[in-house]
Amino acid sequence: MVGTAETLEQVQALEDRKYKYGFVTDIEMERAPKGLSEETIRFISAKKGEPDWMLEWRLKAYRHWLTMEEPDWAKLGYPPIDYQDAYYYAAPKSKDDKPKSLDEVDPELLATYEKLGIPLQEQKWLAGVAVDAVFDSVSVATTYKKKLEEKGIIFCSISEALRDHGDLVRQYIGSVVPYSDNFFATLNCAVFTDGSFVYIPKGVRCPMELSTYFRINASETGQFERTLIIADEGSYVSYLEGCTAPQRDENQLHAAVVELVALDDAEIKYSTVQNWYPGDENGVGGIYNFVTKRAACRGRNSKVAWTQVETGSAITWKYPSCILQGDNSVGEFYSVAITNNRQQADTGTKMIHIGKNTRSTIISKGISAGRANNTYRGLVKIMPKAENARNYTQCDSLLIGSKCGAHTVPYIEQRNPTAKVEHEATTAKISEDQLFYCQQRGLSEEDAVSVIVNGFCKEVMKELPMEFAVEAQKLIGISLEGSVG
Amino acid sequence: MSLIEIKNLHATVDGNAILKGIDLTIEPGEVHAIMGPNGSGKSTLSYVIAGREGYEVTEGDILFDGKSILEMETDERAIAGIFLAFQYPVEIPGVANTTFLKAAVNARRKAAGEAEVDAMQFLKLLREKTKLLGVTDEMLKRAVNVGFSGGEKKRNEILQMAVLEPRFAVLDETDSGLDIDALRIVADGVNALRGPERSMLVITHYQRLLDYIVPDKVHVLAKGRIVASGGKELAQELESTGYAGYADTEAA
Repeated sequence: MVGTAETLEQVQALEDRKYKYGFVTDIEMERAPKGLSEETIRFISAKKGEPDWMLEWRLKAYRHWLTMEEPDWAKLGYPPIDYQDAYYYAAPKSKDDKPKSLDEVDPELLATYEKLGIPLQEQKWLAGVAVDAVFDSVSVATTYKKKLEEKGIIFCSISEALRDHGDLVRQYIGSVVPYSDNFFATLNCAVFTDGSFVYIPKGVRCPMELSTYFRINASETGQFERTLIIADEGSYVSYLEGCTAPQRDENQLHAAVVELVALDDAEIKYSTVQNWYPGDENGVGGIYNFVTKRAACRGRNSKVAWTQVETGSAITWKYPSCILQGDNSVGEFYSVAITNNRQQADTGTKMIHIGKNTRSTIISKGISAGRANNTYRGLVKIMPKAENARNYTQCDSLLIGSKCGAHTVPYIEQRNPTAKVEHEATTAKISEDQLFYCQQRGLSEEDAVSVIVNGFCKEVMKELPMEFAVEAQKLIGISLEGSVG
Repeated sequence: MSLIEIKNLHATVDGNAILKGIDLTIEPGEVHAIMGPNGSGKSTLSYVIAGREGYEVTEGDILFDGKSILEMETDERAIAGIFLAFQYPVEIPGVANTTFLKAAVNARRKAAGEAEVDAMQFLKLLREKTKLLGVTDEMLKRAVNVGFSGGEKKRNEILQMAVLEPRFAVLDETDSGLDIDALRIVADGVNALRGPERSMLVITHYQRLLDYIVPDKVHVLAKGRIVASGGKELAQELESTGYAGYADTEAA
């Protein structure tokens, strides 16, 4: 259902571009020179018609990036990335580069689409097959957009926002994740191509879940995505990112940045299902996903909840964090990370308690199967002024089979004696007793694993918006297929 | 045709011979009891029938509806109509009892080429079955067997049996850990499920259970073999004499 709407969106996006640039053939030739240089960045900025300050910011980031070293502290192994051997702007992708038909796509991927019940046209889109825009162009998005505008909500691509709401973007971009933050975030600052922008005005409760599905021009921004969400005083928004269907992308390196700002009494719920192509069972061809996500709970009584279900990518490096600056602000992190075959995930969160009476909750569920490695890495930091701060952390790991690994690396920095920090961690294996019990009741081995793992993840799954949760449950089962026996 | 026919069944666990030639035939509608001392192979027999991994049949056969089930997976046997009420029901954290039962029902429907059960319809069916066993709505919402008392766990097993409607049920020491009131509730539940098409094999250490679930036949298992068979009076006999008389029969 969501998927169909998405297809319409994507197609709509193509239509729009065609319209804007006049000729399809023109678009296909738009591609920055290979490699990373100031020219590339100027090219990107010019293509997007950005204001000067944005270009300057990008260049500043790039120059800083040149002085940085790629971090190697995560428990991840991958061959060195050649940053000069990539295109940083090529949108939309040339049809010649794409698979011509589903016959050229990894059959495993197609089998998964089949199981998720994804329509054929959409399978093509997700697999990156060149599709012609032949759909009914009456877009669901237009209806939604109107409803949002009535409330004064801004929801558009960041490129559009730079054009139409430049001051807002300038005020907040880089204010949560500074341009010099880390190797991958800095790279993103220099070369980001698109992403979402959301602004919820004072006192407004966003009437629907916002999703990239409903945003025009959402296509092909996967590589260096930049998202900025601002919830003004007393407002509320729930944002959904990603898609349960595995998405294929020509670009192996992904480095996204997401910044959230919650002002006084505002609340942001950010839910992600990440299912980028994990590669085949030997780990060949999967996406490297290096993401920086951070929220600033700037206002009093503000609240941010990150919920993530990570099943895709060959490599996941991701620590959605909260800076709890406002007094009484609340940060939450609910995570399910599943790794199978040769997948590696090093993921967790940072909760930085600055204000008084700040509270944070961390629930992390890591599931490892095959030869995969799954690491929870988290930091809870209580600053000296964070009187009565509270944190509760629970990290559970589940192992399937005997060749995978689970690791938990919690860091706690306590600098205020009135604060209370609790940490619980467990590691378990799916027991043979549980499998036998389920199978004796008629469940196939794979269904049994799916039921047991979904039970293990329940505390996180219940934080997901309803329609997302149902799909995510199915996805968990599918991600672990073939992991037992 | 007999519903279950066990012929000269030999089975090993970790290379140790546990079952050493069992012959047992159960007709549709019959309830048989297997009694025996600890370590006689009672639970092994139930696992071998259910097809548990690691329980290897080395000789003989098990026929269900006249067909061998030895090549069938555990879940295939379950869907064919074989149910095992566990001696120690397993906990599955985070999975609501209702969800679990629904998954089990849907597995059967899927195998039969039917659509998934309608949620409302399923709830109605559950309510009917729970009344009999004193299973509360609250128990249905709880995770499978997690935090259940011994009695609740056994009632839950019988509830699953009532919902899944097997044609052949093996009850493995269903009486263990139950006080007399709980035993009565469970036995009433089991008796309500007796019928001309459904057979049961009640495994127990004590005669007590058979006062409530009255069997058509009683067998004594010792050291991997059935050493005596008779009517329900055999159970009473055992109650007074104990298993001592059967302990040495293995040498024969």
